[in-house]
Amino acid sequence: MAERVIYAMYDDDDVVKDAAKKLVANGIHIRDIFSPFPIHGIDPIIGVKHTRLGIVAFFFGLLGLALALFGMRYFMIVDWPMNIGGKPNFSLLENLPSFIPVTFEFTVLFAGHGMAITYLLRNKTLPGMPADNPYPRTTDDRFVMEIFVSDNEQFSIDDLHEKIKATDIIQLEEKDYKKIK
Amino acid sequence: MHKESAIREPLILGHKTYHDITEDVCRSIEGKAPKTWYIMFGIALLIGLYGVGCILYLLGTGIGTWGLNKTVEWAWDITNFVWWVGIGHAGTLISAVLLLFRQKWRMAINRSAEAMTIFAVFMAGLFPLIHMGRLWVGYWVVPIPNQYGSLWLNFNSPLLWDVFAISTYLSVSFVFWYIGLIPDFATIRDRAKSPVAKKAYSLLSFGWSGRAKHWNRFEIVSLVLAGLATPLVFSVHSIVSFDFATSIVPGWHTTIFPPYFVSGAVFSGFAMVQTLMLVLRKGLKLEAYIHTKHIEYMNIVIMVTGSIVGVAYLTELFMSWYSGVEYEAYAFLNRATGPYWWAYASMMTCNVVSPQLMWFKKLRRSLMFTFIISIVVNIGMWFERFVIIVTSIHQDYLPSSWSMFHPTWVDIGVYVGTIGLFFTFYMAYVRYFPVLAISEVKTILKSSGESYKNGTAPLHKSHDEKVVEVVASESDNSDQDDETTNKISSLMDKIGTSTADEKDDLKLISGVGPKLEEVLNGIGIFTFVQVSKMTKVEYDLMDSITKTFPGRAERDNWAEQAKELMNKQN
Repeated sequence: MAERVIYAMYDDDDVVKDAAKKLVANGIHIRDIFSPFPIHGIDPIIGVKHTRLGIVAFFFGLLGLALALFGMRYFMIVDWPMNIGGKPNFSLLENLPSFIPVTFEFTVLFAGHGMAITYLLRNKTLPGMPADNPYPRTTDDRFVMEIFVSDNEQFSIDDLHEKIKATDIIQLEEKDYKKIK
Repeated sequence: MHKESAIREPLILGHKTYHDITEDVCRSIEGKAPKTWYIMFGIALLIGLYGVGCILYLLGTGIGTWGLNKTVEWAWDITNFVWWVGIGHAGTLISAVLLLFRQKWRMAINRSAEAMTIFAVFMAGLFPLIHMGRLWVGYWVVPIPNQYGSLWLNFNSPLLWDVFAISTYLSVSFVFWYIGLIPDFATIRDRAKSPVAKKAYSLLSFGWSGRAKHWNRFEIVSLVLAGLATPLVFSVHSIVSFDFATSIVPGWHTTIFPPYFVSGAVFSGFAMVQTLMLVLRKGLKLEAYIHTKHIEYMNIVIMVTGSIVGVAYLTELFMSWYSGVEYEAYAFLNRATGPYWWAYASMMTCNVVSPQLMWFKKLRRSLMFTFIISIVVNIGMWFERFVIIVTSIHQDYLPSSWSMFHPTWVDIGVYVGTIGLFFTFYMAYVRYFPVLAISEVKTILKSSGESYKNGTAPLHKSHDEKVVEVVASESDNSDQDDETTNKISSLMDKIGTSTADEKDDLKLISGVGPKLEEVLNGIGIFTFVQVSKMTKVEYDLMDSITKTFPGRAERDNWAEQAKELMNKQN
């Protein structure tokens, strides 16, 4: 049997937050919330962990930094040292001041792009990907909770409906879950 | 939630709901473009194409077509390059630095300011590329192994630093801009009616669905990118200034160049943002989101950075005397009193005097005045670069080689052409892109919306009957209902609607039985007239709705049959 999912629709961000608080307090597990903009403070309520993308950016930055320094050391010091206007060019350390701009730019380049690409991959948002928001208005002014029946097996279906209806809801729909991506 | 002081002016005027914001921004994308848009786009395109022509002529003939000579060997192109890069700085400053400072007013303008950045930096990048003369070997600025032995780039050279700085700046700004655009493209996608728009915007929106986890990541990515872009934006114009400051030419050899260039860049960039925003808010009717307060905030930035630039000018003058270096002193005397005094005078008036007028609250809140000043500043900042570059070298150490710079028509054509190209891109952007960060503006609606601040907004009503609508759905394909409705409405658009009253006997069409007639009536097809208007496209659309007998309508040629039946009726 296909998995059943309940979509509960709200029309206000504060209301959906209160509703989520209430439902979670009642022991209901909310899988996700679709919203047209970030709802501040919703993450801890429905148990979304803090993202580690910041750490990813840091390591990509380190990679860029290292690549830039290794590259310039090879080009300018090891492979073909040039005497340009008598500027110091015999060791990386002596030549470092004039390597700083490129090193900095490369660090930013890697950190920025590395993080952005990781972000797109982790979100599964890439060119040509299908969207999986249940209703088109969730990108406009509707807030929809996605509640899986299988996550809440301690409640009967009717009980679950009853509990969700007790919040300030504007529409409720239960259907088979269709995995889009 | 973000709380805002009650006495602070609201950022969104009047009463708006979340849906209103979507409507207001999408209106210009979904509606027809006004005639003015076509005229402006056409003019920009023509000028841009003329510029492209000039560039092609230049590439075919050579840099000799420029007005450079043995003494002034660097003038017009680098002036334009620095001018465009400078303009670009405001966009990143607004979206990155103001994000770090939690300035909420940035949300109304960051999208358009950053679009300006990208197009401006793109224009800037053209100048060094065409200055290479041989555009097709432009990839030589990248350190790649090559057949000329171990011939590498000179990483001690500020010109190479510039390559890295500008390309990093362009690509990181683009990523920053695009990541913010994805959710807004999704909004447009979900509203799009025409299949082409739907397809295009779903491609652009990368399948964004607005899950809580995605928003969580979105916010962190924006924050970290802002943190990266902030030092980046300062580094870029510092490095541009190194192009001059690391040389020993009197007038260029100055340690205050990096901060002075950066504030000049922000100064000119904000002026350009003002020029664009004042037109944009009127043209797209976004006065509720970009209003006098926003203009005033930007004018204050113009005033502050303009004052920094003014202080830098005076510091330079003082240092040229105080240093005791006679060449330095001459360079500055020559600037102010030499043959280019008029360029120096216009730079001083436009950049030092005009921003000081912003101290008057009446003036900095006047839209017309702001518009005029923004143009004046843009002109002034172009002259600043011209003065720094040309007047420092046109009278060098050897009086016999002293010379003036006269731009040729190619010089002017390429410059004017980049302005045309810039506006071509910008007009296209205004037409097809959400010019306001829809999702970001929604987050400040409740804290900074006028009606929410003064309490006139209707409070959220709790739904008494609790559940307004429970969608009973048993079948599997219930989630396609919306899609079907869309298809039906687009089918009806094409063949016209009718009511059951006008009903013809569709069973007369061979291939239509009582069962199929019922299905057709269910969609809203009742008359022969409707059927007669159907072509291959409509047949396919109908088949995808009814899912019965695919291809039958086309095979039996219903439209032709319906026409005959109509004739019989008459």
